[in-house]
Amino acid sequence: MAAYKPVVVQACPKLGEKITQDTLYWRGYKTPVQIKEFGAVNKIDFSPVPPYNYAVTASSRIHIYGRYSQEPIKTFSRFRDAAYGATYRDDGRLLVAGSEDGNIRLFDISGRAPLRQFEGHTKPVHLVGFLSDKYRIFSGGDDYSANLWDIPSATEIISYSEHADYVRCGCASKLNADVFITGSYDHTVKLFDARTKSSVMTIEHGHPVESVLLFPSGGLLVSAGGRYVKVWDVLKGGQLLVSLKNHHKTVTCLCLNSSGQRLLSGSLDRHVKIYSTTSYKVVHSFNYATSILSLALSPEDETIVVGMTNGVLNVKHRKPEEGNEKSQKKRQPAYRTYVKGRTYMPKQEDFCVSKPVKRVLRKYDKLLRSFQSSKALDAVLEPPIMVHTPEVTVAVMQELHRRGTLRSALAGRDEKQVNLLLTFVARRVIEPRFTPVLVTVADMITDIYQPVVGQSAIVDKQFLKLREAIGKEIDYQEELLEVLGMMDTLFATFTKKRDTYLEENKSNDLTEIIETDMNG
Amino acid sequence: AGVRGGLRVPGGARAPSPAVTTFPLCRYLLCASGDFVKVYSVSTEETLRLMGGHADLVTGIQLNPHNHMQLYSCSLDGSIKLWDFMDGIPIKTFTVGSRLLALYTPASAEDSVFVVIPKKGERDTFQLVSVKLTKGAGQDLEARELSVVLDGVGASMKHIAFGREGAYVVSVKEVNLQVYFFKRKQLNRFSLSTMKTKGGDNHFSCVVCHPTEDCIATGHADGKIRLWRNFHHRKEYTYSTLHWHHDIVMDLAFSVEGTRLLSGGVESVLVQWHNESSCQKDFLPRLGSPIESISVSSDGALCCTLHTDNRITIINSNLRFSRSIQGLIKSRDVKTGLVVDPRTKALVLNGEPGHLQFYCLQSDQQLFSLDIVQRQYIHQAGLKQSDLVKVAFSARGTWLATVEESEEVTDPELQLKLWFYSEETQSFELNTRINTPHDNHITDMCFRDMDEVEDDPLILVTTGRDCVFKVWVMVEDTDPEAHQSVSWSCDFVGSYHNYQATNCCFSEDGSLLAVSFEETVTLWDSVTWDLKCTFCHPPGNIRNICFGRLTCSKYLIGATDYGFLCCWNLLTCALEWSAHLNIVVLQPDPLSEHIAAVSWLSKESSLFVFKPNEPRPVYVQRNLCKEKILLAAFVPRDEPETISSEKYLWLRRSQLFFLTDTQELMTLSTKSLEERLTPSSKQLAVEESPLVTPFSLLLGKHRHQQSKEDTDLGKLVVHNKHEQASPAVKELLHTPAHVLPSASFLCTIFINSLLISKENKSAEEVADEVEMESEKPEDDSEEEGDVAEMEQEDTSHMELLGEVTCKLSKSQEKELRKIRKTDYSWISAF
Repeated sequence: MAAYKPVVVQACPKLGEKITQDTLYWRGYKTPVQIKEFGAVNKIDFSPVPPYNYAVTASSRIHIYGRYSQEPIKTFSRFRDAAYGATYRDDGRLLVAGSEDGNIRLFDISGRAPLRQFEGHTKPVHLVGFLSDKYRIFSGGDDYSANLWDIPSATEIISYSEHADYVRCGCASKLNADVFITGSYDHTVKLFDARTKSSVMTIEHGHPVESVLLFPSGGLLVSAGGRYVKVWDVLKGGQLLVSLKNHHKTVTCLCLNSSGQRLLSGSLDRHVKIYSTTSYKVVHSFNYATSILSLALSPEDETIVVGMTNGVLNVKHRKPEEGNEKSQKKRQPAYRTYVKGRTYMPKQEDFCVSKPVKRVLRKYDKLLRSFQSSKALDAVLEPPIMVHTPEVTVAVMQELHRRGTLRSALAGRDEKQVNLLLTFVARRVIEPRFTPVLVTVADMITDIYQPVVGQSAIVDKQFLKLREAIGKEIDYQEELLEVLGMMDTLFATFTKKRDTYLEENKSNDLTEIIETDMNG
Repeated sequence: AGVRGGLRVPGGARAPSPAVTTFPLCRYLLCASGDFVKVYSVSTEETLRLMGGHADLVTGIQLNPHNHMQLYSCSLDGSIKLWDFMDGIPIKTFTVGSRLLALYTPASAEDSVFVVIPKKGERDTFQLVSVKLTKGAGQDLEARELSVVLDGVGASMKHIAFGREGAYVVSVKEVNLQVYFFKRKQLNRFSLSTMKTKGGDNHFSCVVCHPTEDCIATGHADGKIRLWRNFHHRKEYTYSTLHWHHDIVMDLAFSVEGTRLLSGGVESVLVQWHNESSCQKDFLPRLGSPIESISVSSDGALCCTLHTDNRITIINSNLRFSRSIQGLIKSRDVKTGLVVDPRTKALVLNGEPGHLQFYCLQSDQQLFSLDIVQRQYIHQAGLKQSDLVKVAFSARGTWLATVEESEEVTDPELQLKLWFYSEETQSFELNTRINTPHDNHITDMCFRDMDEVEDDPLILVTTGRDCVFKVWVMVEDTDPEAHQSVSWSCDFVGSYHNYQATNCCFSEDGSLLAVSFEETVTLWDSVTWDLKCTFCHPPGNIRNICFGRLTCSKYLIGATDYGFLCCWNLLTCALEWSAHLNIVVLQPDPLSEHIAAVSWLSKESSLFVFKPNEPRPVYVQRNLCKEKILLAAFVPRDEPETISSEKYLWLRRSQLFFLTDTQELMTLSTKSLEERLTPSSKQLAVEESPLVTPFSLLLGKHRHQQSKEDTDLGKLVVHNKHEQASPAVKELLHTPAHVLPSASFLCTIFINSLLISKENKSAEEVADEVEMESEKPEDDSEEEGDVAEMEQEDTSHMELLGEVTCKLSKSQEKELRKIRKTDYSWISAF
């Protein structure tokens, strides 16, 4: 003997973007805050220590912003010309920046005037950074050289002139205090060891390198240039691991999230793409108003800051986790109430009385089980079900049709209910997954209520609406068929192969034409 | 030796007539099924015994009211048999002469039974007659003393009932009810109006009588139940109506005390009416299929319902489902065909509505039933139900594809479902569901059988009446965070000149796909999906196609509507040979080159077995059966059978099963029916302990005390010991008389057993040995060869096939062994 089987509600795959854990995570940001800077934002750097202020380099100024401040909390403006690439030291107390005049300035966060000034580059310096031992600075300039400086003495330790074009990006290894990487417009990425006189590794990127990034483990290197983002295995001597081509304009900046699981890239095509570092697939992407020059992510992914060519700084803050507060308010029975006695193992002399598991049925299922067709239909025509889960309503209608009681369930309704029914049908009949059932329903309704047409203005209006909806859909389908016919002709001229290909296209795209025999 | 065509599979026989059930004790359930009477154990659901002997359908079985260990059965062959169902032996056979349609044995009739026979000279008129059973000495007796009791009765068992203590008999036919009182010799006729008002239909469908009161319950075609009282008077009779069923009441039954009335019908709900006045009723819903008949056990503890799909449900007295006895479930229409599950070697076909049944041929049991449609089935006539129409297994049985569609012609709600066999749960789990895979009905479906190459993805092909065939492939989801690792999607859609696609078939190596489009067979490359070539044999649409296997894999076989069987050579692309045969079924053997073809011509089915490389058939069996064979399947044997005759070599690796249009499952076998019966069914569990009731406990205690007293008194000690110690005597007393050897043989054993041996020990040893021997009678069947030759008794009332050796029945062998053993021990004692 079988138990009652509930009505099967056809689940339809959602079209469009697939909801994944990533989309949910990356959507969890508030609407962005826009801050206007004086010029194009060329660098954003987060302080590695709380409260995670960030330094924004734009035009001839470096602004320090607090977490939620819209106004800069501090400004370094001792530059005659444009400043470049302001970067924090690991302890967040020193800041270094290059400039158009070729000088490198070192600032104390609390002070105003530069602590040290490093002079040696003859052309603008776009790249500066600290080595991980905190006492040395590396830099790269438009004079094709990459230099290493000693902070206490403010002197140059070594200068590498291996690049054949501007050096515009670079980063230091977090694990080895002597290793740093530079990327240049000569299409190469070079790896330097401060203990040696020349570079230890050269990687051909193939395009002018705009940004480089080293993974925290130090084993993988990411370079961006042209439309490509490339991942290299450093330990294998610079072998190409994967090449990503997801942007359609030059990629300008790279960034890792705090867990190191996701890689972000910003591009002139106004997009920020987020990749999974396991599969190197795009898991999410953000849209911005103009071309992106710089990008930074705060620790714990609290804030995404994006700097753009028009000088706008776009700051997004993560929404606070709201789930916890709500669940605290609503007190639920403790976990142990549910598991009480469940773990008891019956002893040999115990007499077990098995309790049948009570199955919870939905209201319409209960009514269908007892063959109360009209009431079952009433139950699924209630607003929450009808509006949010139309598939349930349609499934019950289909079940009633299968049982042969749909007509009697639809009949004998008053003006309000007929109005409700017709609103639903007129709205949903054009959805392809509901069409077969709802066409039958509409047919029956017109049959049943034909004698009373004209008695109620509301119902008549709904009938007209239904006719309109179907008429529109028919026109639309006709147009689609026309397009299909044109495309068929095009395909036929292009394909060498025989008609089999055409058939394939036809049946894939063809949608059912609604039967024209029904009209309100 | 010869192959027996058209043998029904034991137990799997789909009872074509309503089988009749009855409970002799609470422990056994008797059921007439086909030509047999089956004895089931109520507690284990096992078939304990299969009693065969009637030459035609058994139409009625009734317990002997004077001896509850005996059973009367009547059959269409015109004989009434009296059985001892505990041992399964016929005691007496009474030949009546005409076809017997129903049997009644009221307790009041001393030496006669009542049967329904057709009236001589008139068609479709039946009469109830009483048959006097003569007390003759022999086994086969004539019973020609017939006296007509009622004329113009219904032919069904349910249309006649005997009243309390056999005082009157009630018969219903159409809208007439007649009651005949035996004492007064008075016949009262009552009739209802024939008018069908308000959907009412007063035709009677069944009748039962109250066991203690003068009350008749009748069921009607419109679902009403009427309770008749006071029918002694022609005018002042009364009746009350109970109405719940919306369709015909198939059967009624009163409980033993008569306090409750059970009714059942098409709704497959068992209704229990408590009191006619209060209309109080209980339901046992969703029993699976329409109820055909209901019977109640003699002690009232159980009742059982027999369903139209060949299933018996046993129900407790408190209306709780207890267990069900089911073999092959009979479905209205086997649309899926006969498919063999590669994993279990079970036969797979439509079962309950919306279910797929896995039927094990060896054990005659349903292994499991897989719910495919997963929808509530409404038992109501005229509804468009959706049901399973196509089934296909992948080569290893890991994937199962099913197609379900509703019965609507214009807009079939098609669903293609793919199921994956999960090792953890040991059952199929739904993997992918495809709504509307084709725009019209799906005509055929097959997997590409790729056994060797694991890397090749599985491919499924479906053909539809929407003039296309579609190729479905398994897609692995590369996303590691995805819920499901594999799913199925459409890969290619092919068509040929807008003809309807009718059949599809993959070649053995999977490189070619043959799809038939009406009159044409097209061949496609299964890698690039290019059309390779076409074959045609006009006129007539292609009905079946299949590729040859093994050495004959270069041939393609096709059968057409206009009666041609064609064999094309794939290398030369030419017709190799053709034959003029109206082929209905074309079935290749998966383990050999042989192909079985069943033809249907002039009301008989014939079987042809051939190899594609030679146009001469290997084996021909004309007139296999009178029914039209619709489906066939080769079921691989567990181990190749040794077949001596060259003619039947094709049966060595696998066995051929057929399903006819009357839904009977048949097979071809070189063995006789008796040999194929499992040994377990031959042994009735006689030693089953009786039910533990308070009374039996009391009695048991009493007896125990008595025996204790006996031993205290020192009487009959010897006797007691002998009763326990001599299994030979026990065996002798239990063995049916007609299989015992001659009395001179038995005399010595009997005397021996009465002698008191000096050493008790040796006697016990002997007993042990005998018991051990009897436990394994199968093992030393070879040894018995010489014994059998010694005893040239012709016991073969059955057709003996294969090796011509006369075998003795089991009990005789046992007896002989005992003779040898006891003889020696007795001598040695001296």
